[in-house]
Amino acid sequence: MSVFRPNWQALMSLLATLYSLTAVPFTDSMGSGTPLIVVAILLAGALASMLRLSFALEAAVLTLASFGAAAVLIGGLADAFGTASRGYFAALGAAWLLGWRLVTVLSGDGSRGSDGGGGTAIIVPALFGLWVVILWECIVRGAGVPFVLLPPPSAIGLKITNSTSILAADFKQTVLKAVLFGYVVGSLTGFLVAILADRFRFFANGLLPIGNMVSALPMIGIAPVMVIWFGFDWQSKAAVVIVMTFFPMLVNTLAGLAASSDMERDLMRTYGATHWQVLLKLRLQAAMPFIFNALKINSTLALIGAIVAEFFGTPIVGMGFRISTEVGRMNLDMVWAEIAMAAIVGSLFYGALALLERSVTFWHPSYRR
Amino acid sequence: MPETVISAQNLDLTFETNDGPVHALKDITLDIAEGEFVSLIGPSGCGKTTLLRVIADLETPTGGTVSVNGMTPDEARLARAYGYVFQQSALLPWRTIEENVALPLEVMGLDKATRNQRIVSNLELVNLTGFEKKFPWQLSGGMQQRASIARALAVEPAMLLMDEPFGALDEIVRDHLNEQLLKLWAKTKKTVVFVTHSIPEAVFLSTKIVVMSPRPGRIHEIIDCNLGTDRALDIRETPEFLRIAHQVREGLKAGHSYDE
Repeated sequence: MSVFRPNWQALMSLLATLYSLTAVPFTDSMGSGTPLIVVAILLAGALASMLRLSFALEAAVLTLASFGAAAVLIGGLADAFGTASRGYFAALGAAWLLGWRLVTVLSGDGSRGSDGGGGTAIIVPALFGLWVVILWECIVRGAGVPFVLLPPPSAIGLKITNSTSILAADFKQTVLKAVLFGYVVGSLTGFLVAILADRFRFFANGLLPIGNMVSALPMIGIAPVMVIWFGFDWQSKAAVVIVMTFFPMLVNTLAGLAASSDMERDLMRTYGATHWQVLLKLRLQAAMPFIFNALKINSTLALIGAIVAEFFGTPIVGMGFRISTEVGRMNLDMVWAEIAMAAIVGSLFYGALALLERSVTFWHPSYRR
Repeated sequence: MPETVISAQNLDLTFETNDGPVHALKDITLDIAEGEFVSLIGPSGCGKTTLLRVIADLETPTGGTVSVNGMTPDEARLARAYGYVFQQSALLPWRTIEENVALPLEVMGLDKATRNQRIVSNLELVNLTGFEKKFPWQLSGGMQQRASIARALAVEPAMLLMDEPFGALDEIVRDHLNEQLLKLWAKTKKTVVFVTHSIPEAVFLSTKIVVMSPRPGRIHEIIDCNLGTDRALDIRETPEFLRIAHQVREGLKAGHSYDE
């Protein structure tokens, strides 16, 4: 067995590193010594990863090499906006390829017949996200992309830390008031109306076409109307969210209530169970996967609805208000700070629902263990 | 002479379908006495399951009368006069085995102490002690079906209606469950109506075999079959067993069950 184990990421990384030496210095502020450090780190990482090392050692070497090189490269951008050479980007590409190799190793290499342990489920996406941010930072600053077009993540991060009070006020206005209230009320009424519509069929027959029509209304169209009806404050945004979340919950719950099998319903009938007993003990339980589906759909719809609704008249606070005004003032870092907050809030909301779903519908074939 | 518990007189049932009416049951007259084990046998489409469902008030006949325990099927169902075992176990996947057995008892509104006592005794009856906390999908098909029998028995019904309960199981498991069911029947003395399309199963289990024939579903012949109370599987090689099995097969043949 050879001590060598070549892999294409390391080979490509090696080539890119060597190529980067043809365009030294990398940036105006880097001088000619620092590139050599970067090249040395990258070469060491690429060569080491082609040896037959233990899993932990290879992962450690790759982590150090890829992130070490990236750190030096980011550092070399100070006071050198838009001056990166071909060599800089080649070295960046080489570091990224080592990062790719690291993810491949952590994911089990495809050849070990495993998909890694429980930890990799979090580590691998985190590494991927980190590399997106690193590449974003280096390309935007290295190539001198105008600030208005795309600010670097560091500027967005700085803006977030410098304006926490504004962001907190916007979060409170948009998420804690409009989204939360609208989401709870919209989903709950959708659910209750579904229960009623299921009990009294004529209700469903009359309601579903109307509901269908309401859900087809463009949000852009109803938002200004809601502002006129419910005023400038968060209530009109909550109303938009209610309209948007009501129908997905209604339709999904109705579908879920039909999800139990004929045999299960016959079984309840042989017990002489009442409508409400069948509903509670059988049909609502069987409907849970559908209901959670609606809750997850609604979590994203609610956030979108509340933010967009704030474009149509609002007090001087709120995520949508901030985005629309700061765009007008070319403060794109503030816009991106709001976008980042919306992304984080939306993901956490969705993730919490997905966790809850797992514990409630543990019996469903997709979650069984 | 034991009392008649199920009595069907001139039953007729026609389903209206998109392809026109389907005559599922025609002129069915059948009496079942207390403590009997009656098998309904016949090919697919002969109405054996439909007849069982009429007795259970899961279908309404279009003609004739049925009485169950001296009541209409509707009254008998609400009085929980029978326990019904389906082709599949129909155990609810979000409930453990003991919670599944408790399901009908909760519907009946029994208190927790009674429920627990019935769970324990009925799971013991079907040899599932120790599996109370398991979920249905963690058990084999045979164990699931035994759990569903325990659930039907927990209601403490006067009779058991079983619709091909072992039809989805392999033959070895099926033989084993047939023996267990026979012991259970001897122990509990319940009236059993059992739908099957297996001749050995019908002959092995029954005191009376009702041979049905298709299009329209009707009773072709009723064969008495009493091989004594403690039967073991090897009774299947005895001449008496083979004679009755032959008679059932001849009956099915004469009822055009083997026609294409």
